[in-house]
Amino acid sequence: MRPAHGAAPNGVVEVGISEHAQSALGDLVFVEVPEAGRALKAGDACAVVESVKAASDVYSPVSGKIIVGNAALATQPELVNQDPYGAGWLFRVQTDLPLDAASLMSAADYEKYLADEAK
Amino acid sequence: MAFIPHTPDDVARMLQLIGVQSIDDLFDEIPGELRAGVLGVPPAMSEMELGRLMAERAASDGRPLNFIGAGAYEHHIPAPVWAIATRGEFYSAYTPYQAEASQGTLQLIYEYQSMICALTGMEVSNASLYDGASALAEACLMAVRANRAANSRRILLPRALNPIYAQVARSIAGNQDIVFETVDFDRASGCTLLESLQPYSGQDVTALVIQQPNFFGNLEEVDRVTDWAHQNKILLIAVVNPTALALLKAPGQWGSGAAGIVLGADIVCGEGQPLGVPLASGGPYFGFMATRMQYVRQMPGRIVGRTVDTEGRPGFSLTLQAREQHIRRSKATSNICTNQGLMVTAATIYMSLLGPQGLARVAEASLRRTADLVTTLSRIAGVRPAFTAPRFHEAVLLLDRPVAPVLAALARRGIFGGLDLSDRYPELGHALLVCATETKLAADIDLYAGALADVMKSTRVAA
Repeated sequence: MRPAHGAAPNGVVEVGISEHAQSALGDLVFVEVPEAGRALKAGDACAVVESVKAASDVYSPVSGKIIVGNAALATQPELVNQDPYGAGWLFRVQTDLPLDAASLMSAADYEKYLADEAK
Repeated sequence: MAFIPHTPDDVARMLQLIGVQSIDDLFDEIPGELRAGVLGVPPAMSEMELGRLMAERAASDGRPLNFIGAGAYEHHIPAPVWAIATRGEFYSAYTPYQAEASQGTLQLIYEYQSMICALTGMEVSNASLYDGASALAEACLMAVRANRAANSRRILLPRALNPIYAQVARSIAGNQDIVFETVDFDRASGCTLLESLQPYSGQDVTALVIQQPNFFGNLEEVDRVTDWAHQNKILLIAVVNPTALALLKAPGQWGSGAAGIVLGADIVCGEGQPLGVPLASGGPYFGFMATRMQYVRQMPGRIVGRTVDTEGRPGFSLTLQAREQHIRRSKATSNICTNQGLMVTAATIYMSLLGPQGLARVAEASLRRTADLVTTLSRIAGVRPAFTAPRFHEAVLLLDRPVAPVLAALARRGIFGGLDLSDRYPELGHALLVCATETKLAADIDLYAGALADVMKSTRVAA
């Protein structure tokens, strides 16, 4: 997750899956993104990424309302593999302010978490 | 040689290990009144004695002349259907575990799917489901996944839908926060009118189910109903009789085709039994399901696809499996475990042998025989048709007295005269659902009419 268009003063964030997740899933063949306007709570399953061998739910890390799903993924699911932190974003959420960042993991913490998992 | 692998000692040790006294204790959860109890057969017989006993029991069924339809239909099954289906190469109910090693089985399923798509006018079919009623329940669950414009999980079920299907859908899907609401039918026509759907216009509704022909045998105005559903962002689930599809407009073409309105049903399902599967006391049958390609990932069950191998040779494989239970476990699209491979094999052979023209002849003959039956029976005093709508091969008759004693008297004469609707549709009065397929000849209809006329003279009219 990252603020859409740089900072997130308006509380809009862009959600995708991590480099680690796209690598573990392998080549994606289908991505299902949520409908605009859907209200969701942090932890709700709202997207599905499907490779030839597995399909996984993607959970929203924040509460709020879906602004838009990434329509490009309907024809180009491989964008998630190629550029998970850029063109392969899944959906944008208008978060309920104030954003509770304390419950989220930083990129550095996530790297550390993965490294610990691998031990 | 012992054919039973467990000795009494084995059984005693297993029971002791899990802490119960007897095998009967394992069934304590099932209420006593639901158990079969004593079957009326001796504990052990020789093969010869057993064969004789079973032949006697079978003979006591007689060979009744059957005019009951109500979801399961007696059609002529050409002899080659089961001669071929029971060949060693086909004779299994299961898709093999290593599916791609059985290219013949996969090709047969692929042909089956192609035929279902041709009959329904839809883009993709699965490899079959358990039966028609559970196929509808799965279609309801699928609609909730597929209709992302709706959040209500509300599904409209016509009262003119087969009530057993409605009951099964409520049993299977009702525990998953899906709300079923009933839409009444018009007493004169026996159809689901657009006016009874209007109160739901503009509301958040996930899906509307429509059965064609409906439970009463009447033809619904599917074009208008489909347009209405799509104008209100409601998915249309069609429950159809596969024989009738040889004559009627394919669900994939339902709707007016007016600009801006999506054409066709969204999910089509139904009972496959009429396609070469014997009545056999209610099963095994099979359900079919087809949909638009855009919803293929929401469709339950297995799908066989045609592909090429690494050397470019054509072959068949299971496809779109990533959401099935062997991969997604508890989050799978469906918990359907049983497919009805053998019934599907028979149905595929049946459809291949008849072809589109043959199936249309079966449908035309059934329609004509039912029309004759209704005309003939309605000449009897105290018998009249209940509804005015056009019909396929089933009709509701109204009697001037309770139906049950009439049916009992007919049964004593070797005639199953139809299904008494008075329990499930008390609002119709003394209503009797009758069906005649191509298996009923003019002489059979006359026999029924003669017997009914006699019975109506001798049974009492209700006060």
